[in-house]
Amino acid sequence: MIANALPLVLAGPLVAAAVLMVTRRPLWARRAVLVGTLGATLAYGVTLVAATYGGTVLVADIGLWPGGIAIPFVADMFSALLVAATALLTLVCVVFGIVAGEDQQHYFAPFVLALYGGVAGALLTGDLFNLFVCVEVMLLPSYVLISMFGGENRLRAGRIYITYNLLASAVFLFGVAFVYGVVGTVNLAELAGAAKESTAVAVAIGVVLVALAMKSGVVPVHGWLPRTYPETSPTVAAIFSGLHTKVGIYAIYRVYSLVFDGDQRFLGFAVLFMCVTMAFGALSAVGEDTIRSVLAFNMISGIGYILLGVALFGPLGLAAGIFYLLHHMVVKTSLFLSAGAVEVRYGTQRLDQLGGLARKEPLLAFAFVGAALSLIGMPPFSGFAGKFALLQATVAEHAYLAAFVVLAASLLTLLSMNRVWNSVFWGPVRREPVDATRDAVDAPADDDATGTAHTNNGAVGTVARRRTHAKAASPLTHVSPALVAPAVVLTLVSLGIGLGAEGLLTLTQQAAAGLLDTSSYVEAVMRE
Amino acid sequence: MTVAIGIGILVAGGVYLLLQRGLVRVTFGFVLLGHAANLLFLSAGGTRLREAAIVGTADPALMADPLPQAFVLTAIVITFGVTVYLFALAASRHGGDDDTERLP
Repeated sequence: MIANALPLVLAGPLVAAAVLMVTRRPLWARRAVLVGTLGATLAYGVTLVAATYGGTVLVADIGLWPGGIAIPFVADMFSALLVAATALLTLVCVVFGIVAGEDQQHYFAPFVLALYGGVAGALLTGDLFNLFVCVEVMLLPSYVLISMFGGENRLRAGRIYITYNLLASAVFLFGVAFVYGVVGTVNLAELAGAAKESTAVAVAIGVVLVALAMKSGVVPVHGWLPRTYPETSPTVAAIFSGLHTKVGIYAIYRVYSLVFDGDQRFLGFAVLFMCVTMAFGALSAVGEDTIRSVLAFNMISGIGYILLGVALFGPLGLAAGIFYLLHHMVVKTSLFLSAGAVEVRYGTQRLDQLGGLARKEPLLAFAFVGAALSLIGMPPFSGFAGKFALLQATVAEHAYLAAFVVLAASLLTLLSMNRVWNSVFWGPVRREPVDATRDAVDAPADDDATGTAHTNNGAVGTVARRRTHAKAASPLTHVSPALVAPAVVLTLVSLGIGLGAEGLLTLTQQAAAGLLDTSSYVEAVMRE
Repeated sequence: MTVAIGIGILVAGGVYLLLQRGLVRVTFGFVLLGHAANLLFLSAGGTRLREAAIVGTADPALMADPLPQAFVLTAIVITFGVTVYLFALAASRHGGDDDTERLP
């Protein structure tokens, strides 16, 4: 019953997206469909986690073809955890988008739903070509979202984003063609262990893995990420940060563990690449001067941490990597939402124009500092448990260089987050919030740095903006609680994961066990 | 061999166009890359198998592999959609200027 509903996770959001595309009014009904679809998916994701507990693998074969010929949807603990996590993040981001008024643009809701449908499909599919299709289903709405929402640089960001991801997709497609040419199948269960035995398959899958690394933002091929995420709107950036690169990472975990079956030959290179990624991202973040570009580079660093898990392989490494993946998704989205709340009300995300927000916006400051501490790896937040587990794994695998880089990159992350904290939340108040309600015919255009690469009007692009000088009548806080709530919720989730780390670690250990021993996955897919 | 050379030429042309500044040329580059990928799929299915894959019309040993054809069909649809979107971007707002370097 639960297994038969697997394709619905892809189909449901797509159908809802189609409905929202053609209906314009009433707004509350559109919002109900948007939130309801994502809420239902979240509930189903949690059910999946419960159903796959203990190593069960659920399979839904499409069209009643026998196993091995049908294009299967497969859910094990790893997929189930990610379906639940991505649904939660999308739901929270959408609530933020509704509060920030972004969903009043007609195309916001349908494209976000289509995007989520692609993500869920990519997480659940058991077929390499279907993975390509689902990634495309995820990317096409993203192309539209990134070039429709955001500041004046959004078109440039959109071009970089689209051309880069198209190139990665083309490489992916070449890889799939090579795999089909060599093996004659693209069913992941049938490919299990193939690359360990044949070098030709290893090369073909290697092309696929390179394409996935491009989509994940691993360092030599990361350039698109920090150039696009800061330019789009706050909501869209938060959604992308939670979903996009993570699908690439999921696919790397899945494809490597299934097709290479834990082959040790190439893991040394992978550890080296991930060390470079961690150090490079953390180091670059120190020099950035807008909140979101700091976050974007920290994200690249985080991708290094996550993929270090698969590079180390082994039960400890995989469990730690999956744990860090879940932690990173939650924390990063929380940080992007905090940055978005600042930006929606204060009209800028430049570090040198903001200041003193800790006194004015205590709730927002709590959300930000909690998530930042979690990102750095301070107890009791989830980052501590994640980094501790990763360190244990590096020591167990005798990868001492990686252990050193994990610690050094954490220190650099502390430095960059400290810079954001000092300039945005500490110090004197440097900027009054823009008043989104007043008409501003005579208002000057964005008072400073107009047209520079980092000024970003974000969600308020359609709303007339104006600086207010109303000292006497100014309310205590300018960012409404509803706008901060999404970020606070995610920070609390991170705190909860940190306090109850053992519970989630049990789940990620099961997910890791499913990746280490792929026999139950293969058997479930190949049954008659 | 012919197919391999054809794919090589298409990829070379596609990569050359991708490295150009104008978005229209970049788009044409993606069109060429897409064609290369499609040819690769067809050759992965075996180019010497030419008979229609309909049961009862030919010897099954000579039938073409239908799966790569389905792949190619899917890939063509995706490439088409993306091409149209890229052209729309090239033509949008900044009327007539498709230079990727001098955008606002």
